[in-house]
Amino acid sequence: MIKAVFAAALAFSLSAAAPALADPAVVMAPGGAGGGYDAMARLPFEAMSKEGIFTDGATYTNKGGAGGTIGLAEFVGANRGNDNAVMSMGVIMVGGILLNSSPVTLDDVTPLVRLTNDTGVVAVATDSPIKTVDDLVKAMKADLGAVSIGGGSAGGVDHIVMALIAKESGLEPAKLNYIPYDSGAEAVTALGGGAVTVAVSGVSEFKPMADAGRIRIIAVTSEGRVDGIDAPSLKEAGLNVVVGNWRGIVGAPDMSADGRKMWLDRFAKMHESAAWKDILAKQGWEDAYLAGDEFVAFLNDEKTRIGAILKEAGLVK
Amino acid sequence: MDAITGLMNGFSVALQPQNLIWCFVGTFLGTAIGVLPGIGPALTIALLLPVTVYIEPTAAFIMFAGIFYGAMYGGSTTSILLNTPGESGSMMTALEGNKMARKGRGAAALCTAAIGSFVAGTIGTLGITFLAPPIAELAFIFKPQDYFALMLLAFLSVSVVMGTSKVRGFIALFLGLSLGVIGIDKQTGLQRLTFDVPDLMDGVEMTVVLVSLFAIGETLYVASRFGFQKPNLNPLAGGIWMTKEDWKRSWKPWLRGTLFGFPIGALPAGGAEIPTFLSYTVERNLTKHPEEFGHGAIEGVAGPEAANNAAAAGVLVPLLTLGLPTSATAAILLAAFQNYGLQPGPLLFINSADLVWGLIASLYVGNLMLLILNLPLAGLWVRLLFIPRPYLYAGILIFSLVGIWGVSNSWVDLAMMFGVGLLGYAMRVYDFPIAPVLIGLILGPMAEVQMRRALAVGQGDPLVFVSTPLSAVLVAISVLIVIVPAMLHWRRTRKIDMPDEAAGV
Repeated sequence: MIKAVFAAALAFSLSAAAPALADPAVVMAPGGAGGGYDAMARLPFEAMSKEGIFTDGATYTNKGGAGGTIGLAEFVGANRGNDNAVMSMGVIMVGGILLNSSPVTLDDVTPLVRLTNDTGVVAVATDSPIKTVDDLVKAMKADLGAVSIGGGSAGGVDHIVMALIAKESGLEPAKLNYIPYDSGAEAVTALGGGAVTVAVSGVSEFKPMADAGRIRIIAVTSEGRVDGIDAPSLKEAGLNVVVGNWRGIVGAPDMSADGRKMWLDRFAKMHESAAWKDILAKQGWEDAYLAGDEFVAFLNDEKTRIGAILKEAGLVK
Repeated sequence: MDAITGLMNGFSVALQPQNLIWCFVGTFLGTAIGVLPGIGPALTIALLLPVTVYIEPTAAFIMFAGIFYGAMYGGSTTSILLNTPGESGSMMTALEGNKMARKGRGAAALCTAAIGSFVAGTIGTLGITFLAPPIAELAFIFKPQDYFALMLLAFLSVSVVMGTSKVRGFIALFLGLSLGVIGIDKQTGLQRLTFDVPDLMDGVEMTVVLVSLFAIGETLYVASRFGFQKPNLNPLAGGIWMTKEDWKRSWKPWLRGTLFGFPIGALPAGGAEIPTFLSYTVERNLTKHPEEFGHGAIEGVAGPEAANNAAAAGVLVPLLTLGLPTSATAAILLAAFQNYGLQPGPLLFINSADLVWGLIASLYVGNLMLLILNLPLAGLWVRLLFIPRPYLYAGILIFSLVGIWGVSNSWVDLAMMFGVGLLGYAMRVYDFPIAPVLIGLILGPMAEVQMRRALAVGQGDPLVFVSTPLSAVLVAISVLIVIVPAMLHWRRTRKIDMPDEAAGV
């Protein structure tokens, strides 16, 4: 069966003039319907179909759980050598693999592209005495346990931001008083109501509440500043911390060179298209296109960096 | 915009014929998925998200609102008639509702559930219209210690569903609590009781346990006991409508259930379950017919059903006023907002007033439509019980399995369904109560998270649990709840002029 699909896909990639031969793409979203991985799986195909770049349709499977590693394991198990199979993923999966000691890793798949990024923000309550990153670091140095930190899941990208801040300030990341919340909504109300001292989340989740004067953003986690947010980047504030919640697409294990090239061409075309730009704007996603070997190199850097910081935070043995 | 003008504009949108049709489609779909075990409104709306490309935003939201409320209606039907709740919010309904159905009073139970849902949904929607901003502030006021105190209160509800034997009740409760600790601990990343099965890392899916314990356990039990014999009682023996006495006993529980459901539903970590537990406890303690509880007391259906619908309305409060999704369904609705290019957030009400008021107006319309759809159907639904049991229960089994497979696509979950289903069968055979298992499974992890958050914020000081006025009051109420029933009981036993009821025990 897999061989048949493989043959069909190969036939398609060799003879792009005869798309009738092709099968729909097999797309895995390693998260539940409506979540980030789900959107990252479906929307690129929506754009490609609208622009006529890839019109053979796609079958989607949602398989959430354990930081996306359950979906990853199924994807790798079922699609070896299938040039027609791709999966959405992102930085949270890089950490999730380590945290869940997943037997299947991203070394098993064929990296294709990074497409989007969501910058993180560090925020405090509007009436907090902490007004700058300096104030935050001083408070943490005075009594690390007293600075309670709200954010997403333990070991997730929000936790990594705070662990790196602690490390850059000469504090032990493992001693952070980090309190994971299930959703940005819970974290932002906890911060606004004063249940936690500081919280980390994505721009899209915190900016509306900051604009409404409920919370105050004191820093962003990108290289430079972000339009519409009156706060420096952590780097500008003197801490060498740049973290983004990026997402992208990987291909099946042992994807052929032709298959890989075919998908890279499609994503390159999609990235230029008006339909994709429209989707980026509607979803509030930053364009973070990085393809092929450059993405492979970036992914390897992220694996090393995240592995090291999770170890220092005491979350990975 | 002034609430009344806004609402009137909203009605002018919602009452357009094509929007009424969308509303009907939504309520019908919602009722259907509420009846099907496992499939909830979040999944259904997610599957329907692509239609947002083709239809007008108002039409889409009107349909989604119908699904949202409809699912809560539908859930009560299977709980009452077949003792197989499809959502956790209708679990408490099964306790008394199914006993009523077994006495031939199924139609009355369905009616009080439908009218209670309508009353609660309408009051909840009125709450959204006029009280949303202050209610939304609760989200900021509630601290981890307050949540913990609220859950402590809900935990005490367990004592009233323990059944006749406290030992069996506690065993069931601890079974639920231990199922609740399975999975990766969110605070530390440590695995608990996962046995290296990746599917267990996110914990045991509550719906799986709910459906297995009730639906599969019930099916096995019925199969083992009754065979092909017809039910020995006419399901319509108690009439197809509520009696005057039923009305008298229902209206207060409806209102009290709404009072619990709406504000707790509006809390980010509230949910629909806690208010149903609290409502059931309160009704059981306030009733004039305590001997009927456990044998089909109508208050025990009216209260929790109102509570779960009011909670569904409450969920929309933080979504519409603050742009904060506090449940899976709300998150999907937010995704739909984004598909239409709306900026979710505190300014949603101001920037997209037309749409938001259209949505609120359609909640009123949807609610009324659900009542019209469900009341005449009550008599019809009850006739389901005339179906010979082998066919009926085979159908339940298949719908349950398909529902769970649809949610997770996981064979581990299916295997677990049979394991837990066998457990449910054994519990029925040996007269263990089922509800405490689910209460433990639902509340245990929630209470643990809030307790650890409170302790983390307070850096280990146990006094943190009574450090806010709210938590202190709630803890005090919890203590009273342990004492007051004993006192009520004492007072009741002193009343000597109730020979009928004494005989009924």
